[in-house]
Amino acid sequence: MSEQPRDNILELTGLTKRFGGLVAVDNVSLHIKRGEVFALIGPNGAGKTTLFNNVTGLFRPTSGNVLFDGRDITGFKPHQVARLGIARTFQNIRLFDYMSCLDNVRVGRHVRMKAKVWDSLFKLPRERREEERVTDEAMEVLRFVGIAKHANQYARNLAYGQQRRLEIARALATEPKLLLLDEPAAGFTPQEKVELMALVKKILNRGITVFLIEHDMKVVMGISERIVVLDHGEKIAEGSPEEVRNDTKVIEAYLGKSA
Amino acid sequence: MSLPDYGFYILCGTAVILLAAQAVTHPTQFFQVFIFGLTQGAIYALVALGYTMVYGIIELINFAHGDVFTLGAYIGTTLLGFFAITEGTFTAINLIALIIVFPVVMLIMGGINITIERVAYRPLRNAPRLAPLITAIGMSFFLEGVMFLWRGPATVHFPDILPTQSWYVAGVFFGVRDIFVVVVGAVLVSLLAVFINQTKLGKAMRATAQDRDAAQLMGIDINRTIAATFFIGALLAGAGGIIWGLYYNTIYYQLGFRSGLIAFTAAVFGGIGNIPGAAIGGLVIGLTAAFSDSYIGSKWTQVVIFGILIGVLVFRPTGLLGMRVPEK
Repeated sequence: MSEQPRDNILELTGLTKRFGGLVAVDNVSLHIKRGEVFALIGPNGAGKTTLFNNVTGLFRPTSGNVLFDGRDITGFKPHQVARLGIARTFQNIRLFDYMSCLDNVRVGRHVRMKAKVWDSLFKLPRERREEERVTDEAMEVLRFVGIAKHANQYARNLAYGQQRRLEIARALATEPKLLLLDEPAAGFTPQEKVELMALVKKILNRGITVFLIEHDMKVVMGISERIVVLDHGEKIAEGSPEEVRNDTKVIEAYLGKSA
Repeated sequence: MSLPDYGFYILCGTAVILLAAQAVTHPTQFFQVFIFGLTQGAIYALVALGYTMVYGIIELINFAHGDVFTLGAYIGTTLLGFFAITEGTFTAINLIALIIVFPVVMLIMGGINITIERVAYRPLRNAPRLAPLITAIGMSFFLEGVMFLWRGPATVHFPDILPTQSWYVAGVFFGVRDIFVVVVGAVLVSLLAVFINQTKLGKAMRATAQDRDAAQLMGIDINRTIAATFFIGALLAGAGGIIWGLYYNTIYYQLGFRSGLIAFTAAVFGGIGNIPGAAIGGLVIGLTAAFSDSYIGSKWTQVVIFGILIGVLVFRPTGLLGMRVPEK
């Protein structure tokens, strides 16, 4: 593995996050291969979202390292992490409620824009061309997740499932190499879960690696190649869906110890 | 719609009807007062925008903002002193001085406000919300202290260098200076609207105001965006300070306390955090002050204005246009 470090898009080594006396993430090491769907599962409060926050720079790890695309990004600011190519969605949807869907996605596109303030203030041709291109690209992303017809509605007025899709669209707009999805299927109907799995496959086909937190075992088992299980901040298992499903520690963590 | 909403509309409606009656019975006086109100309102709008933008993005009532406005006027009068201006008439040098002093003061105030944000507010970004509020009040006293030490407690003269032409139209008196204040105010507010809605930085500001974490993860540098917000707020406040000086020709170090509170009332009236609301609120409060001065008596004007502040906070805390209630 060390001969080909670019094989791994994300590597966490000994990642630990403490809040006072509470160890939310405890010495977790894992690696995600380019082009795979990797799932992080575990009971509520296991530290999954905290781990995401450490990767995306919202939290600074207490110790340990985050290596993205062969580069140490430990302690980088969230906007720097985003610019390097990691995007995410949130467990509880966090859209820009009072912007249109199109504008939500365009905010994501802006990271990749070159126009400066004066270009847009004076409507210079370069800016106009770029803004048109950004709008086209934003529409393309909305079509990709299947909500293009709502482009001009306020994000808050969308139905729940569409909001989840918009959040994915906004994340995709930043052109990530790695997409972090925090419980994307939460609150979905079985039909919506099937559609979500299809969408994840489509994202994968774009060459984007997917790192996912999910509670729904059908979804997790259906799309992920490898799974890591967290419990009380510690990694208790790692492997293929089949291996994880039969792991005694995992069964204990979810169902409790049998007598 | 709830009962307080009806109360709000009934009060507004009554005020409008009473004013309309005045407009019909004594049109000359009404329109004269209207012009006073419009000019005051334009200045309050410029200051109110700074309050509302900062509140919108970091939910801080920046009590030092009124003093940034006053300091703009102080620096303006000092810089104008370096030019061979002629008071009471309008010369080419006056024009050149204005063209130079306006942007210079605006930029200086922008720089000062960024510094204020950096030293007094940013270190408290994640502290309880009362903490930056207290440093804002401290910063307000500090700026007033600086102006007090610099130019003393008495009023300071601001050069009278605008054209003095004036006209009577149907008995209503107005001058170039009235037009100047309203036009400059309108131009700056329009520029701001274009900026917020059209530019990348404007979108970044709206995104940061709505969800700071999500904005960061979209690649927005929130420290830069927040600094930019303070910068732009101070550009407008600096311009407002010079306009105030040019119009009234008298400034004093505590000017920002009273007019700052009035501009704050304007921002609350329009819906704090709402940019068009602050512009409209500025005009409404300016007009209210002028009508109150004229029809009720100037000693009651502050009672009327701060009565409005209390009324809005009690009965309609989201203000006139404030659909966006911060939901944090």
